[in-house]
Formats: sequence, structure tokens, C-alpha cells
Amino acid sequence: MNKLNRDQMAQRVARDIPEGAYVNLGIGLPTLVANHLPADREVLLHTENGLLGMGPAPAKGQEDWDLINAGKQPVTALPGAAYFHHADSFAMMRGGHLDICVLGAFQVSVKGDLANWHTGAPDAIPAVGGAMDLAIGAKQVFVMMDLLTKTGSSKLVETCSYPLTGVGCVSRVYTDLAVFDIKQDGVYATDLVDGLSFDELQRLCGVALRGN
Amino acid sequence: MINKIVASVAEALAGIQDGSTILIGGFGTAGLPNALIDGLIEQGAKDLVVVNNNAGNGYTGLAALLQTGRVRKMICSFPRQTDSYVFDELYRAKKIELELVPQGNLAERIRAAGAGVGAFYTPTGYGTLLAEGKETRHINGRDYVLEYPIHGDVALISAYKGDRWGNLIYRKTARNFGPIMATAAKMAVAQVHETVELGELDPEAVVTPGIFVKRVVAVEARANAQHAA
Repeated sequence: MNKLNRDQMAQRVARDIPEGAYVNLGIGLPTLVANHLPADREVLLHTENGLLGMGPAPAKGQEDWDLINAGKQPVTALPGAAYFHHADSFAMMRGGHLDICVLGAFQVSVKGDLANWHTGAPDAIPAVGGAMDLAIGAKQVFVMMDLLTKTGSSKLVETCSYPLTGVGCVSRVYTDLAVFDIKQDGVYATDLVDGLSFDELQRLCGVALRGN
Repeated sequence: MINKIVASVAEALAGIQDGSTILIGGFGTAGLPNALIDGLIEQGAKDLVVVNNNAGNGYTGLAALLQTGRVRKMICSFPRQTDSYVFDELYRAKKIELELVPQGNLAERIRAAGAGVGAFYTPTGYGTLLAEGKETRHINGRDYVLEYPIHGDVALISAYKGDRWGNLIYRKTARNFGPIMATAAKMAVAQVHETVELGELDPEAVVTPGIFVKRVVAVEARANAQHAA
């Protein structure tokens, strides 16, 4: 089967982000989505450290360390951008103003529970950042992740074994093998990659799936 | 005549007591008041509780303060970074206490302190480890967690320009926690790149009105080489 690579996954997510949307892209894999938004579609990117209307990375030598994203990398501000303090920035999430956030994940449950901040390992230094606020605040929470761990177990699970970031908050999961819609009556698998059958996907996941 | 502008960092930090809770602005190194932090190290106050989004980068600024061993507890959302060596070591050696707070709760708890709010219900963190043991409530079909304000004895922030009445404007994403921390502490101290005459800041554009600020000190803008993790 033809697994999607990181850019193809990002491209697939970008397809579902509509004109006019206010969007927060999480650190890591989700950041790539910005590279695949069509130029003719106005999408406003929010970065929780205090900027709406975030532009691409600056040219080398043009970095301004007062102008960074949530991953602490230098960015630019588009014409029409706005700066704001942290309470306003998180009001945009927590107050339900943000249309979509795209997050990475360790695990997502069939009920839409998200685990993406802590492995729970005893020697791990926990860090949560804005993940819990995004998870409960954005109108739609998209997750982007490889479906399987390196050892082949599914990250789409019946119940998360890692500590939760949010309860029942994920609406859609984009993976390298298929897209999953998490609905009241179950998980619907769509966009299976070429060469992957529904039965094979079902076997890999180990959780009950519905086809379209 | 009101004049909140002081001549030196030492003067700006005079009177900070042992055992204080210090709110320190900044997200990574953007907006981190490095000159004030260096001044606090020199000033010597100990047994501190420090509130900052992160827990220091590299070996300068907040990391250098942690390294003195004078910080008893960190309240922050994202301590672990690729270059948070100092905090990581202190934490693993159990030489520092950590209160981990979701970033939006951190911001809102600081805002609440500044606004005189006694506590508030928020959906963030409901059903997670970070809400364990906290009061919850079901309101209009949704579950919420009760969170309390974070008051500071002192706020140390970095702004772009300030005047003698304490009015401040900020620069780009270096604004981050500055405006809310200024409201939440008994004494807010701002380091600025430049002090200006009254009237030079457009009243429509003032971000922090001077009522929230006790002291302003001009410091040399640092080179743009504050590389963050």
C-alpha cells in the first residue's frame, strides 16, 4: 500500500480548511499544513503566543526574535495581522472563536479523547503548553498522526492509556493510511490509501470502524 | 510630579523580599526581561516562587536565576524544552517544585488576579491529571474546573517604550504575558528599550495604562541573537 508521507498528509488536511477559517496549527507535523494552503484561499493562522495573521518564516538574516511562533521559531506577520496578549490569545481558543486546530497525538480514542501531552513515564518532565486549551476550545479539533506506532500498534484506540489532554474533543483524525471521522455512532474511515482494503485497515486498528 | 522612571535596574528592584512570588513575562526568550532577571540575581532575594510560561533556556536569563538555587517553585505551562538543562536537572534532583498549568489557565489565572476575580470555572483540563482533586461543576451541559487566581508580589516584564506615568507599549509577540502580569502584581517593574516623554505614546495605542506599573527602567536593547529552543 502507498502510505502518505508527511507532506501528503499535510496536503490532505489543508484540503479541508475552508476560506475564511481561523486556524491554529500545533507544533511539529501540523505546522506543515501551512505550506499546503492554496494561495487564493484566505485562511488566518493563529499562534498562541500572540499573533493572528501569521506569515511564513522570514528570509535568512531577517529573523526578528520578538516575532516568533508557538514553537519559538521566527515567523513573519502578514498585512492585516494583529498582536495581542496571552489572555486575549487564549480567549480566542477558550471562548470558541477559533474554527479549527490541528494537533499531533500519541493516542486518540474512538470517543474522541485526545492524549498528546505526556507519556506518563515516571522520569518524564511534563509540559502541557496550550494543548488542553486548544483541545476544548477550537470548534473543530483535527489530529494528524501516523496511524501506527513504530512497533505497529494502533494509535487510534478504544481507551487512551496515556494521560488525557481533553475528553471527547477530537472530530477528525488524519493519518498516513486513512482519515477517520469520530461521530456519536462510531468511527468512520474514509480516504483509505491505494492498496489498503477496509478489512486490512480494520485489522491494523483493532477498533470497530464504519465504512462509508 | 509622578515619575516612575528609575535610573538603574538596582533601583527598579529595590525592596524585593525573600519568599516573594515573582511573575516574569516572556514566552521562550521573546519578552523575557533579561536585565531585570540579571538584576534580581544580583539583588539576592531567595525562596522565590516564579511564574513564567517556560522554565528557562540555556544558561542565561531565567535559567541563570534557577541555577542560583533561590527559586523554590516554578509555576509554568511548558518547562521541558530542548535547552531547559538547568530546570531539568533541578527537577530530577527534586530541588525545585513544579506546578504545571495549562497555558490558557496560566494566562486566565493571572488575568483574574489583576481583575479581582476570586476564582473561575473553565473547561480546560477537565477530566485530565491537571484537574485532579479540583472542584468541578456542570454548567449548561458542559463540565468545568474551578481555578484560582495567581497573584504576584512583583511582576518583571519587558516592554518596548514607556513614559514617566508608566504607560507601556510592546513589540510584536514579545507582548505575550506582559500586560496581564502587570495587572496581577503588587509591584510591576517594566524594563523598556526606550523611555519617552508624556504624550509621545498615542493614547489609542497604549497597551498597559500606567496605573498598573510602579517602576520603569530603560535598558539597552539586546542583540537579536537570543536564540530559543
